[in-house]
Amino acid sequence: MSDQKFEPKIVGFLCNWCSYRAADLAGSARIMHAPNVRIIRVMCSGRVDPSFVLKALSMGADGVMIAGCHPGECHYLEQNYKAMRRFGMLQHTLRGLGVEDKRVQLVWASAAEGQRLADAIDQLVADVRELGPLQWAGNWEENGERLQALEDIVKEHEEAMEVTA
Amino acid sequence: MSETAVTKGKLAIYWAASCGGCEISLLGIDTKILDVAEAFDVVFCPCIADGKVRDMEKMQDGEIDVCLFNGGIRTSEQEYMARLMRKKSKVLIAFGSCASEGCIPGLGNLHNRDAIFEDSYQETASTDNPDRVRPQAATRVDEGTLHLPVFYDTLKTLDQTVPVDYYLPGCPPESPRIWEAIEAIVAGKLPPAGSVIGEHTTVCDSCPRTRDEKKIKAFKRTWEVIPDEETCLLEQGLVCCGPATRAGCGALCPAVNSPCIGCYGPNEGVEDYGARLMSALASVIDSEDPEEIDQIIEQGIPDPVGTFYRFSLAASYLRRSKQAVADGNGSSAAAADVR
Repeated sequence: MSDQKFEPKIVGFLCNWCSYRAADLAGSARIMHAPNVRIIRVMCSGRVDPSFVLKALSMGADGVMIAGCHPGECHYLEQNYKAMRRFGMLQHTLRGLGVEDKRVQLVWASAAEGQRLADAIDQLVADVRELGPLQWAGNWEENGERLQALEDIVKEHEEAMEVTA
Repeated sequence: MSETAVTKGKLAIYWAASCGGCEISLLGIDTKILDVAEAFDVVFCPCIADGKVRDMEKMQDGEIDVCLFNGGIRTSEQEYMARLMRKKSKVLIAFGSCASEGCIPGLGNLHNRDAIFEDSYQETASTDNPDRVRPQAATRVDEGTLHLPVFYDTLKTLDQTVPVDYYLPGCPPESPRIWEAIEAIVAGKLPPAGSVIGEHTTVCDSCPRTRDEKKIKAFKRTWEVIPDEETCLLEQGLVCCGPATRAGCGALCPAVNSPCIGCYGPNEGVEDYGARLMSALASVIDSEDPEEIDQIIEQGIPDPVGTFYRFSLAASYLRRSKQAVADGNGSSAAAADVR
């Protein structure tokens, strides 16, 4: 890769009732953690559609954190269990597409667990740093042969036209 | 008679990386094809009539009224034709699943060119290729250089290649839906540009089975059970794609006791078909224990990408599997030159 040091870009989906408050607590308690996570507050971890995660990865995120209330403590009773199942489905699918498990992590952190959330963020950033950049955007670009071939077709067709004329 | 001839529109039907089923389905509108012939001159349709690319090249830009383009874009020749048909057509319709979302050829995006060639030209049982011959983009002969289309690492959908006006979903689109679309075109009653010509609801809504609360402990594969004919197939543990799939087929598969496989693509407003299906299937798992959940998923869905993205991998957010950097991914300079 390049000489520049790789700084992982992480998108974090944090639930309003527990994990986002844990982040607030971590802030007010001045707990140090890696600054790589861009936090998006959602009402519940159950709100996190797998497409949010896929979109983040496709647009340049190197990793994604989904964080919510502990199982059994969901503000909406049992939606974090849905998050848990969706996460399982998503991981299973991402594995099939060659995305390493540790890039997408599910974390439970209550409003009182600022330290726990900070530790989870540090862990995720360390894991992704070790895996390296994902660089998904551009994963589907073709090499230079393609443009040459497109030019050649035009040229060949022009020549063929001349012969018949 | 001459009056109708003057007002006749021009219709083109082209295919790229596809199987030809879309053309068959088009002919499936039966004797109504005569009505199509009355409204349009079919100026180009290599599948069912002779036609020359040079005739297309000689046409004025926008001279073709409607082009039904089926197939994904896998080679440089197909990309050239997509650009050509775009330029020559007033209305370009992504016709069928391949052009809209990549379809089965799009599953090739789990591999790359080298891997596909290795399989096709080396590993298949009937292949004898000791010299490891591979198709070459350019070959020098005495008379000059011969070119074959360049085979891409990644199949692209039509709208990832050129701007598309409308989409007609389905693998293949059902003949009655094709006829409805043709009627709408002839009557000039098309929806806003960029829309899908079709239903705005899911297969579940047109499925006659009775639905109740879904709670399942295991996903089953079709060969493992003979489902009862009344109850929702998903409730019986079969991976039915109905909840995520656009209606339009009339729930043909559930009607014959077979789960929906999702050939009509994502429903309105869904950006990533697989994500929607994952969400729907995850919701019906009856467990709150992470280990049990993983077990249910891993045992019940051995091929997640093929299940969730059977028809839509090329159009999904991620589009393909991760490529190693050395796998023919070009320099960013070449990539930036695209479009």
